[in-house]
Amino acid sequence: MFIEARITERIRSGRGITTLLFDRPMEAKAGQIVMVWIPGVDEIPMALSHISGVASITVKEVGQATKALSALNVGDLVGLRGPYGNSWDLTPRRILAVGGGVGMSPIMTAVEAVNDRSRVDVAIGARDAGEIIFEERARKASDDVRVSTDDGSYGIKGTVVSLADAMMREKRYDMVLGCGPEIMNKYLLKACNENKVPCQLSLERIMKCGTGLCGSCVIDGLRVCVEGPIFTGEQISRMTEFGKCKRDDAGLKVKI
Amino acid sequence: MTALEVDLAGIKLRNPTLLASGVMGETGDSLLRVAVAGAGGLVTKSIGLEPRKGYPNPTLVELPDGYINAMGLPGPGIEAFAEEMEIATKSGVPVIGSLFAAIPEDFASLAIKMESYGAAAIELNLSCPHAKGYGMEVGIDPDAVHAIVSSVKDAVRVPVMAKLTPNTHRLLDVARAVEAAGGDAIVAINTVKAMAISVEARRPILHNTTGGLSGPAIKPIGLRCVYELHEAVKLPIVGVGGIESSRDVLEYMMAGATAVQVGSAVGRRGLKVFREICDGLAEHMAANGLNRLSEIVGAAHVH
Ligand SMILES: Cc1cc2nc3c(=O)[nH]c(=O)nc-3n(C[C@H](O)[C@H](O)[C@H](O)COP(=O)(O)OP(=O)(O)OC[C@H]3O[C@@H](n4cnc5c(N)ncnc54)[C@H](O)[C@@H]3O)c2cc1C
Ligand SMILES: Cc1cc2nc3c(=O)[nH]c(=O)nc-3n(C[C@H](O)[C@H](O)[C@H](O)COP(=O)(O)O)c2cc1C
Ligand code: FES
Repeated sequence: MFIEARITERIRSGRGITTLLFDRPMEAKAGQIVMVWIPGVDEIPMALSHISGVASITVKEVGQATKALSALNVGDLVGLRGPYGNSWDLTPRRILAVGGGVGMSPIMTAVEAVNDRSRVDVAIGARDAGEIIFEERARKASDDVRVSTDDGSYGIKGTVVSLADAMMREKRYDMVLGCGPEIMNKYLLKACNENKVPCQLSLERIMKCGTGLCGSCVIDGLRVCVEGPIFTGEQISRMTEFGKCKRDDAGLKVKI
Repeated sequence: MTALEVDLAGIKLRNPTLLASGVMGETGDSLLRVAVAGAGGLVTKSIGLEPRKGYPNPTLVELPDGYINAMGLPGPGIEAFAEEMEIATKSGVPVIGSLFAAIPEDFASLAIKMESYGAAAIELNLSCPHAKGYGMEVGIDPDAVHAIVSSVKDAVRVPVMAKLTPNTHRLLDVARAVEAAGGDAIVAINTVKAMAISVEARRPILHNTTGGLSGPAIKPIGLRCVYELHEAVKLPIVGVGGIESSRDVLEYMMAGATAVQVGSAVGRRGLKVFREICDGLAEHMAANGLNRLSEIVGAAHVH
């Protein structure tokens, strides 16, 4: 579905990270994505960062489209198409949710959707303190929230994968949820395998149609916009392209 | 020969449903998945000489009864596509290589490569409504189409199919040109030139302003084209446009189609659409005492 929505609130969530709330709700499940049209600029895929009540996205500035999106003001217009893709399976009993940087966006909706503080723990990580987002929101929804930064400027010093690894050694989990840069996902998968905890990871590829037609978002033939964005550890272990290469706008393989 | 099998210009298809060009057709692995889902054959994304990024987003608009797309023919180019064809041809069903170019010589050299990659047939994209200098821009001129089909026919041994656009009053002239040039089949239709406007933004939604409409919205147009083509030429026709169910396929076959292609329904219904269509066709055949699908091809031509 395509809707025209206006921004009702703009929150600075971290350095270069902005949350935009919309005047239109969106029937979606935690982990699903939307195609966000910035009129005159571009249309890009984004995870929903709020799904109950209002809809929102949380944007990290990396290039032209994300900069333009982050610069929009209250009252400005965007087009929203979706929701697309699958959602987190939140049925396992004890869950560890791991978010790297803006990857916390779809992780946060999962943590809130569990709706039981004792069932879900959270590991939040980023390069430095400025990019840690949603810590307060997470503490409202979980009894055990831990934070790490690569440079030690806030929380434990180290990567969020080593934090998650330590939590898996300390406590028993039935499922790990992860979202972050592909390199983080790669090492998180390795840590989950070593600790024998199954996982679901949210992956990214170039998206154009969002509806399963154009094939630009495929990883080994699986479409991020339909079969994904969330894939199980088993699915990912069978992928030959994960962590190694992705397709560019022309469909050519490029190294990650 | 099982009941659903059809012969399309000498190509044996286990069932009449082909994947339409441009849908999950850019990579070998995605093509394989469509074969596993039950398609009788696969048409690749239209491939050109060089890698192309396509247009910037938005490249697609979703409507209640279809899509408007202006992808802008993105693709890896013919050299890199060798790798994808190597995977796709393992599917066990015919893989038809779709090509786009601006001039006959380029179509011919692309076709030679596609044939060498193992394509069971060549489909010439003479009909994309949104790529400057390609597709429809060459495909509405019967003389240009004659020259392209002739040069590709001279270059390869596999069957050559021409995919035509409905965005012209000269559809039948173009089809006759394909026949006169020795083409083996006609594929109709490509998308219908269209656009969408955002009232709030007061501007077109697609980056390219216009695009091509597909899905159920264009089925009546596709049916009319196939019906008229069936009366104008003797070539087998592949019907495309808005096919989502076995009834849609029966309508196209009765209009004159030997086989069909399914595109938008892959997004709207999912990959299961191929099995659903085939199950429905088998049921219809049993209920109506049909032995071969070919018995109904053109059945609606009663006047
Ligand atoms: C399923 C999914 C969910 C995402 N969720 C979020 C989110 O919640 N928050 C967030 O900040 N970012 C998210 N992203 C990433 C975001 O879409 C890109 O950062 C954005 O498209 C970059 O556009 P740009 O013009 O600012 O940067 P560019 O300079 O164009 O590119 C920067 C990087 O983004 C990638 N990129 C560019 N265009 C696209 C596209 N159309 N599709 C996918 N990747 C692209 C490029 O390959 C490059 O690596 C998500 C991506 C995907 C695929
Ligand atoms: C996203 C998309 C991309 C397409 N790309 C191509 C293409 O590269 N070459 C081509 O000949 N047709 C292309 N088409 C047109 C389809 O092959 C088909 O002719 C048209 O969509 C009508 O069929 P449908 O209603 O089943 O989708 C594309 C269609 C869509 C929706
Ligand atoms: S973006 Fe996933 S298939 Fe087009």
